[in-house]
Amino acid sequence: MAQISESQQKVKFYQTGTFTVGNRLLDEKQRNVQATMDRCNSLDSGHRACQGCGEALGARFAIDAAMRATNNQLIAANATGCLEVFTTPYPETAWSMPWIHSLFGNAAAVASGIAAAMKVKGREEVRVIAQGGDGGTTDIGFGCLSGTFDRNDDVLYICYNNEAYMNTGVQRSSATPGAARTATTMPVGKEPGNAFNTGKSVPLVAMAHMIPYVATASVHDLHDLEYKVTKAMAVHGARYIEIFVPCPLGWGSRPGDTVKLARLAVESGMYPLLEAEHGEISGVTKIRHKVPVDDYLKLQRRFAHVFKPDNAHQLEQLQQIADTNIKRFDLLPREDT
Amino acid sequence: MSDQTVIQSKPFAITLDTGSSLLNKTGSWRTERPVYVDRLPPCNHACPAGENIQQWLSLAEEGDYQGAWREIMKNNPLPGIMGRACYHPCEDACNRAQLDTAVGINSVERFLADEAIRKNWRVEIENPPSGKKVLVIGAGPSGLSAAYHLALLGHQVSIHEAGPVAGGMMRFGIPKYRLPRDIVEAEVQRIVDMGVTLNLSSTIDDIPATMEANAFDACFVAIGAHLANRVDIPAADAARVLDAVSVLRDMETGDVPPQLGRRVVVYGGGNTAVDVARTAKRLGAEPVIVYRRTREQMPAHDFEIEEALEEGVVVNWLSTVTGADDEGFQIEKMELDDNGRPQPTGEYETIEADSMVMALGQNVDTTILEQLPGIEISDKVVQVDDNMMTGYEGVFAGGDMVPSERTVTVAVGHGKKAARHIDAYLHGERYARPPQHEIASYDKLNPWYYTDANKKLQPILDIARRTSTFEEVMGSLDEGNALFEARRCLSCGNCFECDNCYGVCPDNAITKLGPGNRFEFKYDYCKGCAMCATECPCGAIKMVPEDI
Amino acid sequence: MLKQVEGSQAVAEAVAMCRPEVISAYPITPQTHIVEDLGTMVKAGDIENCEFLLVESEFGALSACIGSSAAGARSYTATSSQGMLFMMEAVYNASGMGLPIVMTVGNRAIGAPINIWNDWGDSMSARDGGWLQLFVESNQQAVDVHIQAFKLAEELSLPVMVCMDGFILTHSYSQVDIPEQSQVDEFLPPFEPRQVLDPASPLSMGAMVGPEAFTEVRFLSHQKQLDALDLIPQQAAEFEAIFGRDSGGLVKEFDCAGAETVVITMGSVIGTMKEVLVDMRAEGFSIGALTIRSFRPFPSAALQRALKDAKRVIVFEKSLAVGMGGIVSMNVRMALKDDPIKVQSVIGGLGGRPITRAGLRRMFEKGLQDQLEEPHFHDIDMGIVERELEREKQQRHSGSTAENILYDVGVVAAAKTI
Repeated sequence: MAQISESQQKVKFYQTGTFTVGNRLLDEKQRNVQATMDRCNSLDSGHRACQGCGEALGARFAIDAAMRATNNQLIAANATGCLEVFTTPYPETAWSMPWIHSLFGNAAAVASGIAAAMKVKGREEVRVIAQGGDGGTTDIGFGCLSGTFDRNDDVLYICYNNEAYMNTGVQRSSATPGAARTATTMPVGKEPGNAFNTGKSVPLVAMAHMIPYVATASVHDLHDLEYKVTKAMAVHGARYIEIFVPCPLGWGSRPGDTVKLARLAVESGMYPLLEAEHGEISGVTKIRHKVPVDDYLKLQRRFAHVFKPDNAHQLEQLQQIADTNIKRFDLLPREDT
Repeated sequence: MSDQTVIQSKPFAITLDTGSSLLNKTGSWRTERPVYVDRLPPCNHACPAGENIQQWLSLAEEGDYQGAWREIMKNNPLPGIMGRACYHPCEDACNRAQLDTAVGINSVERFLADEAIRKNWRVEIENPPSGKKVLVIGAGPSGLSAAYHLALLGHQVSIHEAGPVAGGMMRFGIPKYRLPRDIVEAEVQRIVDMGVTLNLSSTIDDIPATMEANAFDACFVAIGAHLANRVDIPAADAARVLDAVSVLRDMETGDVPPQLGRRVVVYGGGNTAVDVARTAKRLGAEPVIVYRRTREQMPAHDFEIEEALEEGVVVNWLSTVTGADDEGFQIEKMELDDNGRPQPTGEYETIEADSMVMALGQNVDTTILEQLPGIEISDKVVQVDDNMMTGYEGVFAGGDMVPSERTVTVAVGHGKKAARHIDAYLHGERYARPPQHEIASYDKLNPWYYTDANKKLQPILDIARRTSTFEEVMGSLDEGNALFEARRCLSCGNCFECDNCYGVCPDNAITKLGPGNRFEFKYDYCKGCAMCATECPCGAIKMVPEDI
Repeated sequence: MLKQVEGSQAVAEAVAMCRPEVISAYPITPQTHIVEDLGTMVKAGDIENCEFLLVESEFGALSACIGSSAAGARSYTATSSQGMLFMMEAVYNASGMGLPIVMTVGNRAIGAPINIWNDWGDSMSARDGGWLQLFVESNQQAVDVHIQAFKLAEELSLPVMVCMDGFILTHSYSQVDIPEQSQVDEFLPPFEPRQVLDPASPLSMGAMVGPEAFTEVRFLSHQKQLDALDLIPQQAAEFEAIFGRDSGGLVKEFDCAGAETVVITMGSVIGTMKEVLVDMRAEGFSIGALTIRSFRPFPSAALQRALKDAKRVIVFEKSLAVGMGGIVSMNVRMALKDDPIKVQSVIGGLGGRPITRAGLRRMFEKGLQDQLEEPHFHDIDMGIVERELEREKQQRHSGSTAENILYDVGVVAAAKTI
């Protein structure tokens, strides 16, 4: 958590705080991977992600951090989806590390197979990441994911959650929030957008597998994200990190607002940042400056209808979800800190 | 297997070699391009001395105190004085005030200046001697500043000061509890040590004659405003009515402290009035400030009023002195009219007092310039052109004697400005000020990235000692606090290499050029998403439309 | 070493001697005994350097093999029936990526109606999936072909299915010559992958390929399978040199040369068939047989060569392309399109229907008269079929066909009276 990394610093640097990507006053070793001049850029320029793609950003953040944590001894298996399509259209790949794409729903199993191969070959220093979007993770890839968790295979699964099937044209997934407009949950009828009280939290499902490490992270808080990826790579066994990655195309937001939206989602309580070890929550990243959900929602056209007077109850429901998260996970900083 | 055979045996199209995406120049998608800009930080903009505050704070953040001090010295030769006597308009402008509290710029400046005095840092003149000679009249902040800058530019400078000590209003106008004299002496000495000649108790009567006799190529006049304004108080015994300028000068140079009696009325509402009242308090008197208007309208700075009240100074707002008798002074109560102007009420009272000090402003003694042809004096001050030259060629003027806000900092700024124009004049040129950048206003920032950190307060002398001695009221920050305070700077409008742009670009379209060298956009790949601009904490990136 | 052994165990021992590095499987009848035996061997440490992944599905099983194979590990799985369908997406994927995985298919019918018994519906569902499909006739051949399969797969960088009839082979005990480890090691070199995921030399596997190159990719896959038509007999010869057995190859002839009529089939049914044919030849019929051992790639040239003297072919297969007819027969007809040979198509043994010598004899005799209808459903009870068709004619929605047939044969009625 950012709180931890901040307190671990010997000197507090207030101009930059600890929240910018880098800090010229910090010792090189204490800096984020993304601040280093020689970062590996696992996901390099020339990829075809939309402008302001949160997933492209989250993937580079996570994989670069994992590369540092493993001394570049890393292999990634990728589910079908935007991340795969925009990075590897023949004849160009944007990945600078060993990477394989097989299918939509099998990234976890492919990664398990790679990990097994590394084990028999006595190359256990080579670590394996599986990655995919929320559709490839929470829906079609759920069985294989659960299998990898169940066997406690030495795989870190990273889900880049942008809350719908973006690659196929923005359809609802089981990670789509209530009221959100997608191509399959249009803002029509009495309850416009996606139905409330549906969907699932895969981080909590992952915890139920009692795997060594589960975390949620967000592209707006790189310190927290890199800390979690680094921590995950220090652990063996099945691990799961879900990274919140806004999608300008699917959400109807400005490309430049991607990081801002991630920040507002977390600061409003809509997306709690958690850590869990062996099934128990072991840490939460506190909200720094709480904001109402309106601040988050109003920047996205997928929620435009909740601001109509007729749909005021939807806005209330969304605020309630945020409030429940804040209470349930104790997201507000204590008065004395 | 050799690499060659590996490449040949890879399945066609399905397996790809790394690095190949670099062939796809996604920059062609862009409709807007980000550009790095340097915006003018509000603190720099507000500084009358033209200090590059943000730059020296940045050096101080790194712990390079000497570098920070040298950066200050580029614009202001008197940071120890300014770190105490400046009313720090920079802090009023500081964007951090909208986040928590303004950065304590003034206190960091003072810390750096005190370090410089303690460690005896000197300023070296790098320019070769110009062979030009400049006469400076008056050793106040403006004259000293001009002399310093002219010396830096390689000119030979002689200061002629009518008084027995250098410092001008820094000695005669600012009490020592706000500005200890050893600081003034140290900073004046540093200028003298640069080779500036300082002639004390030296009055110039005829500027052209002096210049000709001593082959001066130019002259800068900065004799200040030392003539006290007075109003006529009916039936007042002249001996009991003093003026602030005299009282404060006597504090500095008199054989005995001014005789104010037990109770003293101070008439006026400016900083000088407050200074006199607080001085009187320290001399054991009971000062009462009488001011025509309300507290809100008092021109004195709020913190000065606050400190005075803490020290037991009494203030009668909405009052004027209308007369005097043996008991004391007659006061008429005032009230504000609809326009906010004070109007007499016809209601009177008497304040028992032994003396009254008028602190009603000062005027310039223009005698020295009146005789020169071309000199224009209006509104009781000497008029200068944009280059700070008077109507008499080669004679420049600055400080309190020209139209200005009369503060030490403005005077220091005048000295620098005059020096640049004199330098240009000596080279037969005109100095042109570089164009100013757009101001980095608060709305240009993304303040989420800055950690919450409240200002470190300077230690304040306890009340008992404040009311009985002339010890300095405000203490210094220690190094830890000064460093903390420097690091609170938001670096508004100027890249401080936080790596945010470099980090948040989803397309790796930014090259980090290394410490001190900032960043560069890779326009071949930048898709123009504007994330860098949105997430720049300090507003140093601007999106501009592409020509398409 | 000769051993009286269950087919599944023999296969497990053969696979074990191939030194697999990753085995990943999900249980489905009748494949279970193979992976159970392998699991036990891995757990007991009898197979060195091998990871056995107990996965959550067949999709996961083959996907894990895709990962392990791409990472350079010799990888093996086994499945049957529904399991094959459940992993089908990965089946195509493994071949598309050129990953030399070996998979045993314990051939079993596909539901609905659910049926655990043998036919080739599962393997046939994947016939266009880009894998090599090798059908075996006996447990000895199952053992031998598995050993060849790894070598073939790795040589070609293509996955190979070894198809063996469920229960008939998997669960039957017979005498099998289990090879020596040293023989297997001599035949099968360590796996040298054509491409491998390795941090030392990164690459991206599984790119998206658009219209600009997809056709070429497919052509190359096809070409590679055609290349296998040379490699398969070559490796069978190498195998024979070391092991002393003719096991493998593209086709196997039984008294085929000079026969006027040739019965073509695949898998274990040839055992029963040979008994019938021996009798018929003794009686003077000019009839021989041929089994297709490599269904993919399809050995058209080998068939043409073997059938150069034949006037008539009867294709007997345990598979049906619903709405079209026999699948193997279609392939045979394609191979013989330029030859004046009459091809009759027989579909039998579906869902485990017993294939008797008497039934075969009746069918062959009809075939020799060119009187087999197209296609001929071997041993079908047309009475049941006709009654059901009649019911459907009278009543538009007459309920489940399967249930109606069960009514017809009396099972449901019997159950209801209990």
